[in-house]
This record gives sequence, C-alpha cells and structure tokens, in this order.
Amino acid sequence: MGVAKYIKDEKGAIQEVTYQSGIKVKSSYGPEDLEKAGFEYDKDLGQPGEYPFTRSLHPLSYRSRAWTTRQYTGFGTPAETNERFKLMIKNGQNGLNVAFDLPTQMGYDSDHPLAQGEVGRVGMAIDSLKDFETAFAGIPLDKIGSGLTINAVATIMMAMYQATAEKFGYSKNQISTTPQNDILKEMIGRGAWIFPVEHGVRLVGDSIEYAVKELPRSNPVSLCGYHIRESGATPAQEIAYAFSIAKDYIANVTQRGIKPEDFVGRFSFNFNVYGNLWEQIAKFRAARKLWAIMLKEEYGVTDKKKLFLRGLFGGGGSGLTKEQPENNIMRSAYYALGAALSGAQTTALCSFDEAYTIPTPRSALLSLRTLEMLMDEVGLRDTVDPLAGSYFIETLTLEMEEKILEEMKDVEKWGGMTKAISSGFIQRKISAQAYKYEKGLQSGEYKKVGLNQSTEDGEAEKTDVELHEYNEEWAEKSKANLKELKRTRNDQEVSQSLAALEKAARGSDNVMPHLVKCCHAYATVGEMAGVFREVFGEWNEPDFY
Amino acid sequence: MNWHMKKKRKSVLNPNIENILSVKEILSGNKLAGARVIRLIEENDPQAFELLKQLYPYSGKAFIIGITGSPGVGKSTLINSMIQEFRKLDKKTAVVAVDPSSPVSGGAILGDRIRMQKHATDENVFIRSMASRGEKGGLSRAAKDAVIVLDTMGYEIIIIETVGAGQGEFEIANLAHSIGIVTIPGAGDGMQAVKAGILEKGDIFIVNKSDKPDVDQTLHQLNMMLEMRNSSRTDFQTTTGTDWTPKVLKTSAQNGNGVKEVVDTFLSHFDFMEKNNTFDTKKDEMEILYFNALLKDLALEKLLKYIKTSDRYVETIKEIQSCKIDPLSAAELLTDKLIER
Amino acid sequence: MKTTKKIRVLIAKPGLDGHDKGAKIVCLALRDAGMEVIYSGLHQTLDQIIQTATEEAVDVIGLSIMSGAHLPICEKLLAMMKEKGLDDIHLTVGGVIPYQDIPQLKEMGVAQVFPGGVSFEHIVTGINALETGEK
Repeated sequence: MGVAKYIKDEKGAIQEVTYQSGIKVKSSYGPEDLEKAGFEYDKDLGQPGEYPFTRSLHPLSYRSRAWTTRQYTGFGTPAETNERFKLMIKNGQNGLNVAFDLPTQMGYDSDHPLAQGEVGRVGMAIDSLKDFETAFAGIPLDKIGSGLTINAVATIMMAMYQATAEKFGYSKNQISTTPQNDILKEMIGRGAWIFPVEHGVRLVGDSIEYAVKELPRSNPVSLCGYHIRESGATPAQEIAYAFSIAKDYIANVTQRGIKPEDFVGRFSFNFNVYGNLWEQIAKFRAARKLWAIMLKEEYGVTDKKKLFLRGLFGGGGSGLTKEQPENNIMRSAYYALGAALSGAQTTALCSFDEAYTIPTPRSALLSLRTLEMLMDEVGLRDTVDPLAGSYFIETLTLEMEEKILEEMKDVEKWGGMTKAISSGFIQRKISAQAYKYEKGLQSGEYKKVGLNQSTEDGEAEKTDVELHEYNEEWAEKSKANLKELKRTRNDQEVSQSLAALEKAARGSDNVMPHLVKCCHAYATVGEMAGVFREVFGEWNEPDFY
Repeated sequence: MNWHMKKKRKSVLNPNIENILSVKEILSGNKLAGARVIRLIEENDPQAFELLKQLYPYSGKAFIIGITGSPGVGKSTLINSMIQEFRKLDKKTAVVAVDPSSPVSGGAILGDRIRMQKHATDENVFIRSMASRGEKGGLSRAAKDAVIVLDTMGYEIIIIETVGAGQGEFEIANLAHSIGIVTIPGAGDGMQAVKAGILEKGDIFIVNKSDKPDVDQTLHQLNMMLEMRNSSRTDFQTTTGTDWTPKVLKTSAQNGNGVKEVVDTFLSHFDFMEKNNTFDTKKDEMEILYFNALLKDLALEKLLKYIKTSDRYVETIKEIQSCKIDPLSAAELLTDKLIER
Repeated sequence: MKTTKKIRVLIAKPGLDGHDKGAKIVCLALRDAGMEVIYSGLHQTLDQIIQTATEEAVDVIGLSIMSGAHLPICEKLLAMMKEKGLDDIHLTVGGVIPYQDIPQLKEMGVAQVFPGGVSFEHIVTGINALETGEK
C-alpha cells in the first residue's frame, strides 16, 4: 500500500521489495525460511490464547466476540457531542472514543484568548463538570467504556469522568475509561504537551497509581505508537518506541513501591494500521509476543492476563489522500482487513473525509459499516489467526521482532525514552524519515493511487466532499455557560479544592483525589491546568533537524 | 519582491520602511529598523555600510558574551535561562544565534530560537538567528556588524551563540568580551573543547546537564586542563590580556539550576576587567582587528576591481592565452606593478 | 561588496494545534532549496509570530494550520502585520485547508496557499515566485 520500496526490471517485474522497517521480502517462502529464522512452534506461536500470544489473546478470539468498534467522536458543545454519541451507539458502536477540542487538550477554558477560533472545532469543548454531565447524559456508563483522547491534562479528564459517573449514581468501580494519557508520544508526535517532561511523566504515574487503587475497571494509559507512526516512524519504531515509553512509565510507578504485576495489566495500546498489509500484520503479531515476553522476563509478571497487549489497532490517517477522497473508503477497508487478520481487539477507522476535516455523520457511519462487513459478511470471524503457519507471515513476524528489538536498543543507548525525547534525538530521527518518505511519495518512488498514479487533472479542486462545518456559535454558547457557572458555583469550595491541588502538585501526593474534588466543586479545566502550569512550568521543546 | 529589494511593491505597500532605516530610529531602539539593517548587513547591501559608519560612534556600550560549544550541549537552553536572569536584573538583552548553513544547498534551518521563544514578546529582548553562510567556524563579519547594530539599539547584554569558535578576525574571542565554553559530562566531551582549540579562549567553563553521571570527572578534567593552561600562560595572556582566573561552573539549564551563577560570573568578569582597566584594552584590540578585517575585504575588492578594469589586465590575459607568459609570473608582475605606483 | 541574497522564511505553528510533521518537513524542503528557515516551534501566539518575523527580518511567513482555524488566524495576523509595519512580508499558509477556502484566503491578502498534499516543488516555486515578484 504504497510504503514499501519496489525495484523493478525494465519489463516491470518486481525484483526487490523492501519494507519500511528495513526488511527485504523474497519472491516466495518455504519451510527452509522458517528453519533459517529459527522458528519453533511452541516458543514462537503456540495455541491461540496462550503465551506468548502471537496468535491472539483469547483462545476463541472473534468467534467468541467480534472486535469492539470505537470511532473517534466529538465536536462542538457537549450537547452536540452527546447527540452524536447516541447516534453511534444506536448504530451498533459499543464503545466511545471521545475527541476534545484543542483548548481543552491544552488546558484552557473557552474564554481564554488562546482558545479563540478553536472552541469545539476538532472535538468537544469542556470547561467543567457541567459539560461532562451534558455530554454523557443518557449513556450507560456501566456498559459503555470510553476512550478519552486527552494527554497533557488526562488526569483532569479522568477525574471528570469519575465525578460525572458519581453524579449519575454509578460507583467508581463500575465505570471503565481509557484516557490516552501518553505524554511522551505527544512530545514526539502530536504536540499536545504542556508541562516539562519529568512533570508530565509524574502525572502519568499519578493516574496509574490512582487507577490501580481506586478505578478497578479503568485503563489509565493508552500507549500510542499510532501518533509516533503518523509522525514518520517505521512500523518497527512505532512498536519499539511505544514499548520504550511504557518502560519509563513502569519505572515511575515502581518507584512508588507498586509492583509491575499490579498495574501493567492496565496498559492498553493504540497502533496504526496504515502501510503495507503484511508488514502491519507481522507488526501486530510480533508486538503481542514481545510485550508478553518483556513483561514476563524483565518485570517478572506472572498472571497470564496481565501479559496481554490489549489495544486498538486502527486509524490509518496518514495513509489517506486528499486527492480522489472516495478512494479512502476502499483504502481504509484494506487497512481494516489487516487489523482483522491480526486479531485486533478494538478498532476504529479514520473516515474518508479526514484529510479535509473531522468526519460528518455519513462518513463516520461508512467507517462503522466497513468494520461490520469484515466481521459479519466476509468471514473474518471464522477462525482464529487465519494466517498462522504461513511461511511468509511467520518468517516476517520473526524478522519484525528483531527489528523492534534493535530499535529499542537504540533508545537504550540514548539513556531511555525520556532522555531521547528531551534531547530531541527521536524527533530529529523521525522528522528526517518523514521528509525522506514524503520526497519518495512526490517522486513516485512510493506508489499512491490518486496521488502519483492514476491521477486525474484538476480533480482535487473539483472534489465534492460534504464537509463538517464549524459553528461559531459553539464558542459563544460555551463562554456563556462558563460565565453562568462561575456566577452560580460555590467559590469557596472551588478555591479550597484548588489550593489543596496545588499543595499536592508541589509535593509528592497523588493529584488525582484532589482533582476529583476540584471537579465536584465545578472548578474549570483552565483553573486546574493553571495550577499545574504555575507549579510545573511549560516544556521547552528541542530542535528537530 | 521584498523590502530589501528595490522593487515597486516596497513603496506601494510600506512607504515608511525607507524612513525607518535611519540612525535615529535605530538609536531609539526600533526593532523593525534594527532587524532590517541587520538583514541588509547580511546581504552585503551598500546601504548597510553607510548606516554602520554613522552608527559606529554610538557603539561600545554593550557587554558582549560569546557562548560556544559542540552541538547538543544545550547552548540554546542555557542562553534561554540566561536571558531570564539578565531580565531579572533589568538588562536589555540581545542574542545572535549562529547556525551552520547546509554545504549542499546553501540553505539553513535556524532553530536555536525555538528554545528561547518565550522571550519573543519581551520588548527588551531581541533574538536574531543567523546562518554561517559558508564561513569557517560559522562566524562572519555579519555577526560582528549585527552586534554593532544591537549595541547602538541599547542592548546592554549581547550574547553570541555559535557551534564553532570561528577563525581569523572573526573568531569568537575577537567578537566578545567574555567567552563561555559549554560542555557536558562524559569522558570525551571535556577533551573536545581542547581539540577545538578554544580552551585558551575560555573565561568561564560551563558543564551543562550536570544531572548526568560523570559530572565530577568532567569538572576534574577541566580544572586540570586549566591548571596546565595557567602554568604556560603566554598564549593566554596575549588573547585576553588579564589575570582573570577562568571559572568552572555546573548548570542544569533545562530547569535553570546554576544559571544565576553563570550570569553573576559573567558580570563579575566584566567588573574585573573594568577594575583592571583591561576592558578598554580588549575593546581597542577588537577595534583594530575589525579595522584589519575591513581593510582586507575592501582592499581586496577595490584593488581587484582596479586591476580588472585596467588595460594592462586585458593585455595580460591575452599574453597568457598566447603562452607568452605563465599565470604565476603574470599575477606577480601585475601586483608588483600596482605597488610600485 | 557583492551582495548575497537568500530568502528568509519563518515557518510558524500558530495556536494550539500540535501536528508539526508538515511544518518540519517543509522546513527541511525549504532548506534544501537554499532558503534560510526559522522555525518557531509549537503553540505560538500571533504576538510571538509577529515579534519573530520582525526580529528575524523574514521575507515570508509560512503558517502551518491543521485545526481548521486558518480563516480567523490569517485574518487576524494580516491585520497585526499591517499595524506593525510588516505588510511587505508575504503571508503564506499550509496544512489542512479545503480548496473552497482558498479564494477567501487570497482575497484577505494571503499570498500563497499550500493545502496538504502539494509537492515541495510547488511550495518552493511558489515562494520563489513571491520573491521575484511573479505570480
């Protein structure tokens, strides 16, 4: 799918294939390849649902249960988002994946000068618990789990989620939330960071510790190789860097006297499906296996279920093209096929119009239908790990493992991920790769239908995509609500809870219980993040070239 | 078409630009004017030379600090924290950050200021990125001239950031009054300062990222080297001309630790030079070096122009082409003739 | 003395959006086309962009915007540029920009628009054309 390098002879026959991760692919594979790679059935593959889980986490996989679909949803005010949530659930979606607008992601209220023009634009605008109450009204929080795409202020949103559930009469034991909460990858890729590295990692540690003790069904961290891949990492680096990041979070939490066994089972992952089909499949299988081995051998984790690499394999955003946008519907379907062939537990697809803007209801539903077809129509639920035993796939999986381990060693050389990010090493490496890849796309070295092959003159300008529209009124509505909130809430309660939060932030107390209190007192996101800004300062990003 | 190119749109869109490029505006600290003069300097625009001539008498008030060290030692981060400390002392502070140009394309990414961007909106801070444009060691006359402009704009502290120590008239030691050499813990790095030949020039040695292991070893190594330097100090005395004992400091620039001490030490170096009347000596030396550099540039340019437009030059070319004379003898002959006159 | 001209470009990420892959690879492409590129880093206020463009005396400002807020941001920045005497600097914008917004951007004074997916060559040519005064 346009990311491998193909060398052809003058007749157009393929002579050489090299995947992004640096693996050369042969014209055919046989038993001798498995032997050469040292393949052993029990060690490398085993039964489905058995260590090292190369095949799947559960013995029956999709036979017992199809994947969970979680389309990324959220825009405008909480009321709009609530409607869209209900639409997606009514149409068969069984989990939520909440998008927040940029001011919320960056810890600013809707009335902050920096929020201007951004309120409700790329996700829903949240200022206080009032907004969460509106957004989740009528959603059965004991049945529907929610992914929260939030990082720098993930602790605040976790607290909001808990406070909302409590307001609705659920106990914190019933609810399940998965905030993204992966601050190190934001520093590599997505850019929604606020605080300096060490404070960012401390907040991640606080949320993990809190979840272990107070939120039995929640997964406090979703490690996103996804965004690292989108920023220019190879598939092998995507996994390697996510694992290296995980190691730094584990180190932070174990320092608090908590054993890895007690919390690593709460980690989940978010990986990308964009790229060469086979390389992705090998990537997912290798990742499941390596994660289990790493936890068992390096961290002494013994409980089988805690060795699971659980997560969402999906998205594919940077594979989409702005040219001939309808092609993205088919393209995403193939990406999803890769996810299904790898036994993805949870999935979601970028919608075909996402190269333009956030999805319309129509495009979001098309993605959902694409995922349904794979499960219910074309047979992906028939048998577990259908590609197992393929000479090619098993060899490739082993080769992928090696590449991932090499990349992890590279990070170790730099003193671990936190240091490699502080110095800008990773960012430099990835930017250079992204540049090289983009040049390859533009020169036609990598093929992309509609972009550098089968293009139609001027079609991009003519393309008639129905676009999600931004409504200026959302900002006004949010600001009015915020004003009303500040008029009616108990100011004393707010300032007391914020003062307690500040004390915790300055010291080493876990900030989470204080955040929950702040949320209940209707302190705003801007006020809570403001406390952190005051105490921690902001990150000074390194150069990238 | 841009403001610095004499094209139509300049007068159409911004008729005031011509007016602000004046000595008066620069002396009043107008950032737009100062910045654009520096740009003209970089482009070798004759207009800049005229302005510099008029500005020069107003210069000489700033304390100029050179910060140098290998890539990755955290110079920009250190300078970012230094700006903060100087601002606490209410000093108007400017930075000239020199980055290498790509030898292949001639282009450059100038990213040092990313680390200093929080000072961008401070009226009393001016940050200017500059590409080395093929100059060995990165520093050029443009850097020197930019410092003159910033000096006359009223910046009391001017920091020059550069990867290399530079060479010839425009090496860092000839552009700045006080030199800080930044290094990081690790066996090889202390030695690198010596290899670059800058150990003799350093007034303050800063071991950054001091949270890393090996910091004590690096400090020890540096102190040893400085002791050796001091015991054979003839070279040292001629370059800085003072009895200043170089200081070795530890910083962790990322969280600002130790940076106040760095700033205080630079200021005490300044006081030291003033007290010992060596600051003026240093300035005089720098002025003569500047003169010599200008002389070299102008003499070369003017003489070449003179020679190349002479009949004699045209004749000589023909003589070489017809093998009447070899290029070596011809060049010698032409220049000798010139000096005779 | 012979004059040496180089195009100076400020690549800036205004606002809260942190997707910087595009901005970074454009910096690299412009460098390789012989330009001098100043990169602002993330989360810049318009004030920071104005001050940076002033101090760095650039010919061109290139904004990279992915959030969809290009219209209000460009409008405000252009007004500020005018106020601060920077109206001879060319403002260009790239990122996630629907084609239907291009006429409006041009009308308000944006010199060039580079929607996601345009080639480096296109961007370099576009910026060079601004420098030489060709459209």
